[in-house]
Amino acid sequence: MTMLEVRDLHANVQGREILKGLSLTVNPGEVHAIMGPNGSGKSTLAHVLAGRPGYEVTKGEVLYQGKDLLGLAPEQRAREGVFLAFQYPIEVPGVSNVYFLKAAANAIRKHRGLPELDAMDFLALCKEKAALVELPEELTRRAVNEGFSGGEKKRNEIFQMAVLDPALAILDETDSGLDIDALRIVAEGVNKLRTPQRAIILVTHYQRLLDYIVPDFVHVLADGRIATSGGKELAQELEAKGYAWLEKEPAPAGTR
Amino acid sequence: MSTDQLQELAAREYQAGFVTDIDSETVPPGLSEDVIRLISAKKGEPEWMLEWRLSAYRHWLQMKEPTWPNVHYPKIDYQAISYYAAPKSTKEGPKSLDEVDPKLLETYEKLGIPLREREKLAGIAVDAVFDSVSVATTFKGKLKEVGVIFCSFSEAVKEHPDLVRKYLGTVVPTSDNFFAALNSAVFTDGSFCYVPKGVRCPMELSTYFRINAANTGQFERTLIIAEEGAYVSYLEGCTAPMRDENQLHAAVVELVALDDAQIKYSTVQNWYPGDKDGKGGIYNFVTKRGKCFARAKISWTQVETGSAITWKYPSCILQGDDSVGEFYSVALTANHQQADTGTKMIHVGKNTKSTIVSKGISAGHGQNTYRGLVRIGKGASGARNYSQCDSLLLGDKCGAHTFPYIDVQNSTARMEHEASTSKIGEDQIFYFQQRGISAEEAVNMIVNGFCKEVFKELPMEFAVEAQKLLGVSLEGSVG
Repeated sequence: MTMLEVRDLHANVQGREILKGLSLTVNPGEVHAIMGPNGSGKSTLAHVLAGRPGYEVTKGEVLYQGKDLLGLAPEQRAREGVFLAFQYPIEVPGVSNVYFLKAAANAIRKHRGLPELDAMDFLALCKEKAALVELPEELTRRAVNEGFSGGEKKRNEIFQMAVLDPALAILDETDSGLDIDALRIVAEGVNKLRTPQRAIILVTHYQRLLDYIVPDFVHVLADGRIATSGGKELAQELEAKGYAWLEKEPAPAGTR
Repeated sequence: MSTDQLQELAAREYQAGFVTDIDSETVPPGLSEDVIRLISAKKGEPEWMLEWRLSAYRHWLQMKEPTWPNVHYPKIDYQAISYYAAPKSTKEGPKSLDEVDPKLLETYEKLGIPLREREKLAGIAVDAVFDSVSVATTFKGKLKEVGVIFCSFSEAVKEHPDLVRKYLGTVVPTSDNFFAALNSAVFTDGSFCYVPKGVRCPMELSTYFRINAANTGQFERTLIIAEEGAYVSYLEGCTAPMRDENQLHAAVVELVALDDAQIKYSTVQNWYPGDKDGKGGIYNFVTKRGKCFARAKISWTQVETGSAITWKYPSCILQGDDSVGEFYSVALTANHQQADTGTKMIHVGKNTKSTIVSKGISAGHGQNTYRGLVRIGKGASGARNYSQCDSLLLGDKCGAHTFPYIDVQNSTARMEHEASTSKIGEDQIFYFQQRGISAEEAVNMIVNGFCKEVFKELPMEFAVEAQKLLGVSLEGSVG
């Protein structure tokens, strides 16, 4: 079954139309990179898919595993297996990372009809997954993202992804603000989470992330719709030519 | 989730709002020397007690209701309140639980406070105060073996008059403030506890206050005395039925910790807060104060979720050298609730130490004020204070206010003050939701995280109750 089918999606943010007829098909096991200049709608797409309040869909539809995604509350989408790695992960003072994640994991497990994990099993799982992104165990016990460095926050997002085991992961500019070593660690973590069942959408401004996480498809967003699509070579072409040429050519309405 | 939905935080359900249908004896509304004589006579009090009340009443007549608190309410007509209500059948005072009206026992069962000793597995001795009268005190026998006296205040006046006379009003004098004076004049019952020298009270003591009758005020008086080296942990819980009119509750609590003694006093206050439009609810005007002698320690922990208006400042007079005062507070105001609460730490002795941790949560149209005084007297060399006042806001129609007063007269004192205000943001809630956690659970987790430092000071059973209570109080807060 198709993982994600976005059809002619239009969306407003604060009354302004940002997405203007975006279509995209993603299958299990695929990694899609969404690139494009600032303001082209990359992050808006990520937020609309996750159901963030304030993002109003005016037209079009989104099917996730054959079901209408847009009719679901944000937490329902998460429980169905949609994960968003935030560009700016949120700090939650007073709530420990492990406690937060255990509540999340058990909400998802409950939704799937699985028994809740007890504390011991959960801690063992955390330990295993923290190692995957080289997240110091001490950070798992600290309050969610509080006082974390930029790199630690991004690693924490991928750590959460590893624990929550989503079917569709959307990584919103996970590379932004990372130095080269941190980028490598995060990218390796994501690569370890590539499976034939899981689909990943990488939203990124820069090509360098794609040196580490090699995508199956690259889409270039311009003015709220996909301007062009291709294989991993397209990213290299963009790196060489920049985004400016997109605005000169009329945008084809292709999906990929 | 939008700000509007956050605002719905208001729609909270009050689960203790039922009325018990029981015959009660109520004196007609109004306050005069005659009414005080009547109350005193009904209770069969000795002459000195009556005189004490009358002198308080005369003070009260000269006093004005305070207007400095950051709360607003219509003028109270003190002549429209009935100052005495008691369940009829217990007029003579029950000799044992078997004589207590089954309806009363049922009421406490409903509230989750079984008074039957055999059901008390937790090992907490309970004094239940229904309207103004103590209806049952459990575990008396067991406490007596170690010399601990735990009984209703009325009983203490009769059975232990010397102790009552020696300590009553020594911490909160009758002329202390308007509400304390009123209480001193008309108080009807309350709890009395005495722990003799060197005794560690073998169980938690607890008083459960319940207002039932309509149009009455509740004025109870609690006096706890811990002699040299004694230790006692005391819990207090309160609920009231849902009524449209406001009811006045003006209590006084006095703690005396003699040399090396320790008193831990915990409150979970859940008086009826009024409905979501601000109609009804309890006016909670309470004076709580403790006096610490040398090396003694008094620790106040309060979780305030109820009442339409809360006005209370559990305080410590650190009289003796090396004494310690602590105040840990969580105050929640939702809907149209108003709270002006905090503490006073009065450092008199040398090397005295105090800690203040206050957590205010405001939601709906709630207004939450922290008001605290730390006074370091001239002789309090080496005194230390640490204060931390944190406010958490939910939505954008509520308010948080902080008034820390500091008065230092000794240059060797060390003071630390930290304060923060934060808001549960839509971003935070969305982050939880994106991980599969509902908005309501998200608010609960954030609020509990915020209150953690205070909850850990509560005895275990109370900590669980407090967490649940906050959850219930914030129910319907998010859409």
